[in-house]
Formats: sequence, structure tokens, C-alpha cells
Amino acid sequence: MTTLTASTSESSTLRPSRRRPDRGRRREVVAGYLFALPFLALFAVFTVGPVVASFLMSFTDLTARDVRNPLSVEPVGLDNYAKLLSDDTFGQAAFNTAYFVVIGVPLTMGLALAVAVGLNSGITRLTTFFRVGYYLPVVTSIVAVAVVWRFLLQPDSGIVNTLLGYVGVEGPSWLRSETWAMPSLIAMSAWRNMGYLVVIFLAGLQTVPKEMHEAASIDGAGAWNRFRYITAPMLRPTLLFGGVVTMIGYLQFFEEPFVMTRGGPLDKTLSTAYYTYNQFGFGNYSYASAMAYVLFVVIAIVTFVQFRLLGDRD
Amino acid sequence: MTTSTRPEPAAVSPIAAVPPLNTSRPRRSGRSSVGEPHPIPWVYVVLTGGLVLLVGPFLWMLLGSFRPDRELDVVPPSFLPQDPTLDNYRTLFTELDFVTYFVNTAVVAVAITLGNIVFCSMLGYALAKLTFPGKRVIFGLVLGTLMVPGIVIFVPLFVLVSNLGLVNTLPGLIFPFLAGPFGVFLMRQFMQSLPDELIHAARVDGAGEWRIFRSIILPLCKPALATLGILTFLTSWNMFLWPLVVAQSEERYTLPVALAIYAIGENKRDDGLLMAGSVVIILPVLAVFLVLQRHFVQGIAMTGIK
Repeated sequence: MTTLTASTSESSTLRPSRRRPDRGRRREVVAGYLFALPFLALFAVFTVGPVVASFLMSFTDLTARDVRNPLSVEPVGLDNYAKLLSDDTFGQAAFNTAYFVVIGVPLTMGLALAVAVGLNSGITRLTTFFRVGYYLPVVTSIVAVAVVWRFLLQPDSGIVNTLLGYVGVEGPSWLRSETWAMPSLIAMSAWRNMGYLVVIFLAGLQTVPKEMHEAASIDGAGAWNRFRYITAPMLRPTLLFGGVVTMIGYLQFFEEPFVMTRGGPLDKTLSTAYYTYNQFGFGNYSYASAMAYVLFVVIAIVTFVQFRLLGDRD
Repeated sequence: MTTSTRPEPAAVSPIAAVPPLNTSRPRRSGRSSVGEPHPIPWVYVVLTGGLVLLVGPFLWMLLGSFRPDRELDVVPPSFLPQDPTLDNYRTLFTELDFVTYFVNTAVVAVAITLGNIVFCSMLGYALAKLTFPGKRVIFGLVLGTLMVPGIVIFVPLFVLVSNLGLVNTLPGLIFPFLAGPFGVFLMRQFMQSLPDELIHAARVDGAGEWRIFRSIILPLCKPALATLGILTFLTSWNMFLWPLVVAQSEERYTLPVALAIYAIGENKRDDGLLMAGSVVIILPVLAVFLVLQRHFVQGIAMTGIK
């Protein structure tokens, strides 16, 4: 591997513009490593090492008791992964996570796209105001957001049920209802994350040449058809990016149930990441690692599939 | 997937910087972009409605923070506090130790931000402008970890930090995030757009590599550094999962941890206090966001030009 990259650097030095005395080249190589060193040292210790260690750990019986002596553990093969398959709580958590993602991602994307199209529809006033407003929840601590939403959703004194009461609807006890707890979390997440997608989609929409729209208008295409046949296809890379990023984030949701429902009622809002955290809390370190790796693999697969389905078809 | 705060399933990934990179090139093209021939009132109506839904909860939070205990369970709630009070804030800063939490959060966020600015720009420079063996492998490795969920490295990181004796210390909250992959990606992209001639000319003039980096490259990177700085600061300020585990005693809590602990469990506090706590968490972030927004947009514009 090293020789391979070495030879590429060799060939690039042969290019006329790069021609420099050999001493200068050596100096550049040394400088390159010195500039890279501080980052790489930290990165190796705190990122690459743990990624590998986590994988290895998942095949052992490491628990909280082994923290001081992590190398003394026994290998257990695939036991942790086998245990996962028969763990009903994990099944419930996986189902909840899927529920959250399958409903939450399209909902967030749809709302964001609608807002972005609105912002891009020729309005000139208040655009900065709108952008800042829509982006505000994104920069806000998720804990603060969850605390506020819990307050909004209180069954009796909460503003949501109060407003519903004015139109004659008796709102449920949102976060304590097995039916409504998850939809509440999804609504909150869509609310919080759409601003980020609005910014992305707006950037994408602005790359669509207005001439195409003008030409289509002259040919008699209505707003919907122009959106469907001009904007949407040109927006595909942006939608793909937004979809992948949102999905990766949503697959890892944790703080929302942690603060709002503690995973309840009856584990109905327990997510995979939350369950992993709980297992870590119980001291089942290797089991938690196995779970985290399953989530990682799922994220990798779903990302790959999304790229295959929506990426360049040409 | 997140830079500085990897073990965060946070949705505010600093990847947020990526899309805006293109935003500003055709900036304000809203004016020229086609929709309907004349501005449409209903677009304003819908967008304003949406804005109310988005900003409403913040308003309700702010109002709630001035309500005394007894007013919180009143059915139906009044819009404005009937008997506004600063008691909630007083309790936060006198009875509870929100001053300490605030300082902890600020120290952690600033340290992580500075670390990323220094280390990411150095590696970014090496990857963008210097030729050395192994360069591509390094870039591939750094980029590859962008997709790893935080929870994956969470357990071994905790074992590591425990053995380093850093549990329940501020360095334990800082060290794991000093060098995040996102910053490298951003700085490398930006630096690649700087002309090589600058560096060649400086070398001919006899400047050392560090001097070139420090006096020529870095000043030109201010916009990218500002973008990296603001995003890293926001993410670190809001970081939750890792501090929740590592900051075990009250004097090490960060604001999000303290708020979450007071929101659940035995130490549960009333909602007025939690609303005040939320305001305290949000205000600095809001200030940074609003003040640096211009700088941020500027940086984005310059990154976009290439």
C-alpha cells in the first residue's frame, strides 16, 4: 500500500510544474507528516482505535467489571449476536427505530421540500427572517427541545391539548399513550430537523435554471407539472443527500425518548441506540458493542441501497 | 457522522455546512427564480403559518420561564404569565449550580472548537497542498469514519477514558472530540481552491513550511475557519450522550446534562424551572448563530466560488 502511494507521489514529482530539487521534496514529505501528526495521533487513539476495539469487543464477554483490565476477557464467538436475535426487547427497539425512520424521514423531507419550494417561489421579502426562523430549532439543544415539547404536550395544562379543546377535540395524554407516544416523537423530530433540510433543498432548487421553467411555462406546463418534470429530477442528488443524512441521524435517535418518555410506555419508544445505552448502563459492554455494530451495519446497508436506488441511473 | 461529537446521535450534524456551501452562489436568486409571474400572497401565508409553528414553542418556553409554580398547572393556561416572576432564574443560579454548568459547557465547547480549528486545518493543509506517501490512505480513513455512528465507539471510548483516569473530568469531555473528520474534509476542500503559486513563491523566497501555513494559508482560510468554528461550537455546546456518561458528579455537568437530569428521575424539577434552564442553554447559541451568521454566509459564499 505504501509503495503504491509512494509511486503516485513519485510520478507527480515528475510533472514539470512540480519539478524541484530532491531536497525540497524531502522537506515537503517531512512537513506533510508533521502537519498530519497531531490530528492523526488523536484520531488514532480516540476514533480509529475504538471503532476496531468495539468490533473485537462484540465477540467477547466484556462487562463493567473488566474495565480496568479489558484484555483479560474471554472470546465468546457470536454469542452476543445470537443473544440479540432472541432478545424481545431488542426486537421491539428495532421495530420502534424502523417505525421512527419510515414515517419520520419522508415526513421531514416532505415538509422541508414544501417550505423550500415556497421560499424559492419568487418571494423577496422576509426570506432571511424565514430562514433564521426555520433554522432555529436545528441549532437548539435537543434536550431543551425535548423538555419544551414535553411541556407543550402535557395532557391537561399543555398548550396543544388546550388549543385542540377550543376546536372540540379532546387530546390524548400524548406521551403516556402507547399509540400516540411515538407519533409525538416523530412530529417533534420533523419539527426540529426540517430547517436543516430546507437549507439543503433551497440550495438544490436554486441550481435549477429558470430558463427551463420559462420554456415549460410557454409550452403550457402548469406549476405541478413543472415541479414534477423539471424540478424533481434535477433535485434528485439533493434529495438523495438529504434523505441519507436524515436517515442516518434518525436511525440513531436517542435523546428524544430519553428526555420525553424514558423509552415508555411499555418500551414503545425505546430506540436501538437507547437500548444500547441501557445495556451499557447495566454493564453489559460487549453486548452493547454488538448491538451498536448491528446498527452500524444497518446504516451502511440502507445508505448503500439508497444510493443504488436514487443515485445516478445513467 | 458528526464531527466533534461523534458519540452523538445528534441530527445537527456539522455536515450542515456542506449544503450551504452552494447556497450562496446564486444567493438571493429567490428574486429572479421563477414560480408565478407575481409574488403570491398565499406563499407568505403558508410560510408565516409554518414559522409560527416553528417559533411558537420557543415563545411558549420563554413565557413559561417567567411563570411561578402555581401557574403551571392551571387549566386552561393563560397566554401571558399572570404573575410574572424571575424566581425560576434565581433558583437556577443560586440554589442550583447553573453557573458551574454554564462554565463547564463553555470551556468544553471552546476547547473542542479550538482543537478542531488547529488540528483539522493542519491536516487539511497537508492533504490539500503537500505531497507525501500515504496521503490518500489517510484521507480515505478520515472520510470513512464520517459515517460511523457515535454509539459504535462509545463503549471502547469509555473503557479508554476510564483507564486514562479521565472519567468525571473536563478533559474527559474534551479529548475525544479535539480532532473530528468533518473539519478535515472542510479545510481540505477549501485549501484546494487556493492557488499553488502562493506556496511556490513563498518557498522560493525561503519561507519555511510552518511559516507558509501560518502566515499565508491560514489568513486566507478565515471564512472556512469561521464556518468550522461556528459548527463545531454549536455541536459541542449541545453535545449530550457523552457528557451524560462521563460527567458523573454535579460539578462536572454540562448544561444539557443538568437539564436532562432535572427533567427526569429523582431530582425532578418543576416545568417553570426547566423552561428557564432551556432559555439559558439556547441564548448563547442563538447569540453566536445570529452574530456570526453574516460571517458564516460570507464564508459559505467564498467556499462556493472556487
